[in-house]
Amino acid sequence: MSGMRVNKYWSVAVLALLVLVLPRFVPSYAAFELTFVGAYAIGILGLVILTGTNGQISLGHGAFFGIGGYAVAILAQKLGVPFWASVPLAAIVSGILGLGLGLVALRLEGVYLALATFALAVATPSTLKHFKSLTGGSQGLAVPSLSPPGPLHGVITSEQWLYYVTWVIAGALFLLTSIALGGRLGRALRAIRDNEVAAISFGVNPQRYKTFAFGWSAAYAGIAGAIVAIATGFVSPDTYTVALSLALVTGAVLGGIDTLWGALLGGVIVEFLPLLVQKINPAAPSVVYGIALVLFMIFLPGGIARSIQAVIHPLRLRREIHHARS
Amino acid sequence: MNELAQQIVSGLATGSIYASMALALVLIYRSMGVINFAQGEMAMFSTYLAWQFAQQGMPLWIAFPLTIAIAFAGAVALERVVVRPVERAAPLTVVILCLGLLITFNGLAGWIWGYTVRTFPSPFPTTPLHIGSAAFSSQDLGIIAVSLLSLGAISLFFGKTKLGLAMRAAALYPESSRVLGVRVGWMLALGWGMAAAVGALSGLMVAPVVLLEPNMMQGILVYAFAAAVLGGIDSPVGAVVGGLALGVGLNLIGAYVPVIGTDLQLTTAFGIIIVILLFRPAGLFGRRTMRRV
Repeated sequence: MSGMRVNKYWSVAVLALLVLVLPRFVPSYAAFELTFVGAYAIGILGLVILTGTNGQISLGHGAFFGIGGYAVAILAQKLGVPFWASVPLAAIVSGILGLGLGLVALRLEGVYLALATFALAVATPSTLKHFKSLTGGSQGLAVPSLSPPGPLHGVITSEQWLYYVTWVIAGALFLLTSIALGGRLGRALRAIRDNEVAAISFGVNPQRYKTFAFGWSAAYAGIAGAIVAIATGFVSPDTYTVALSLALVTGAVLGGIDTLWGALLGGVIVEFLPLLVQKINPAAPSVVYGIALVLFMIFLPGGIARSIQAVIHPLRLRREIHHARS
Repeated sequence: MNELAQQIVSGLATGSIYASMALALVLIYRSMGVINFAQGEMAMFSTYLAWQFAQQGMPLWIAFPLTIAIAFAGAVALERVVVRPVERAAPLTVVILCLGLLITFNGLAGWIWGYTVRTFPSPFPTTPLHIGSAAFSSQDLGIIAVSLLSLGAISLFFGKTKLGLAMRAAALYPESSRVLGVRVGWMLALGWGMAAAVGALSGLMVAPVVLLEPNMMQGILVYAFAAAVLGGIDSPVGAVVGGLALGVGLNLIGAYVPVIGTDLQLTTAFGIIIVILLFRPAGLFGRRTMRRV
């Protein structure tokens, strides 16, 4: 066990170093793409908390992505709020709305929650278009870009600066999540996922934890959406379609929905897989995503939590099955 | 008064499309306890097939039945090959698999036919039908007639035929049915086939209105969700009533409540889903379920 822990620290350190030096060795547009990887990883981390750890599915996290993006755009454009304040505010707005949806989700189980959040995802673009005075209608809003602070001017490009800011935020959130999920909070969330009745009898209040998980997860999606909005330079309703929500779920499922590494891998998949295959055909990313999801579900059966564990820890799962049999 | 009647009829027309789609969802929900999120995209894909046949000069009265037959056979095959391995898995596994199918069909349609919006031939005449001083669109009346006929046929099938009985039995009591010699697996596959056929029909009916493009059924699917939830997600009668009520309701709101208008119809559908699930999860006609722990 301690050997594994040392390995973990090492791999995190190597990764951090890689993130630090990478912009020196890759062209500026690659830093730009890696910024998106960081943002998507943060968003998917939200799903790791909500779906992977707590067992609540959300097919509507694209909506929170949108709320984060629009919050930054509106705060910057209409109120002149600077980046360092608008991103946390975006997280708060998105998190509060997430808490609201979380309260609703308390009464919906499994398939019903999937259905309701899917409807949210589909309804998001037309809702955003409707409130023109706030959201700029179908044209959307421009988001001011982020330029490096005084001393770094000329040393690094604004793409590189956003890259570093993003990955510092991502690193902090991954660390925070790792600590929180490793302790009491994570145990409670997992207990509720595995057996709610048993969790109650151990003194865990599922209502409180489940609502909190929804808000927490939505706040991450909001931060991710805020970063993507700053990187793209604008927000528009057609960015936040059901396809975005499904891409986040796909990234989470393919990456591994109940580990932090899965979120990181999911971010890589969501950013680079479309770039890689859309040269074949603009529709190729969808086909690849879709078939991959189907194959994952068929060949790793046994319930979503288990099948997803199997994606990440095939050996551990096999060992567990072995234990169960013997 | 005339305008109101026209609004109601056009609401019934869209409503009967929602009803067909909702019925497709209910058919699968009853037998497997899951929502087939791919139902809309399967219908969209079938509709593209019909468009392709029509492009090649096939008359519509052959192209449409052929499309429905292909949708049926395709879905039976899909159930046997793709869904069967996860039949006994947790509902969320099946949900994610269905999402995979949704994304795949959406992508395939985009790959094969592109993302250009296309017009779709309507099998109904374009001249309006005059009843009294009101003029009703023949298209709307045609949609209502076709949908009601097909829904009636399905209810007769389940109520009066031996196969229909076997399918109901397999859905409700799979173990006992198996003992009595019903091939439960095939009944599930047939259920998928019928759902896809009904779905394809609603796709063919709605395509002239919403125009043909790979995302055309996403909104319809959400309205069908709302209809199914409203009627009670395990009730075929509920799906039909819910669909018609939703169609008429949304149409009247769109016409007479300018605050919501047509932009916020999807948002309204989302609101309806949430409110019903919160306050009356069994819907209007559904069975309340109890769970022992």
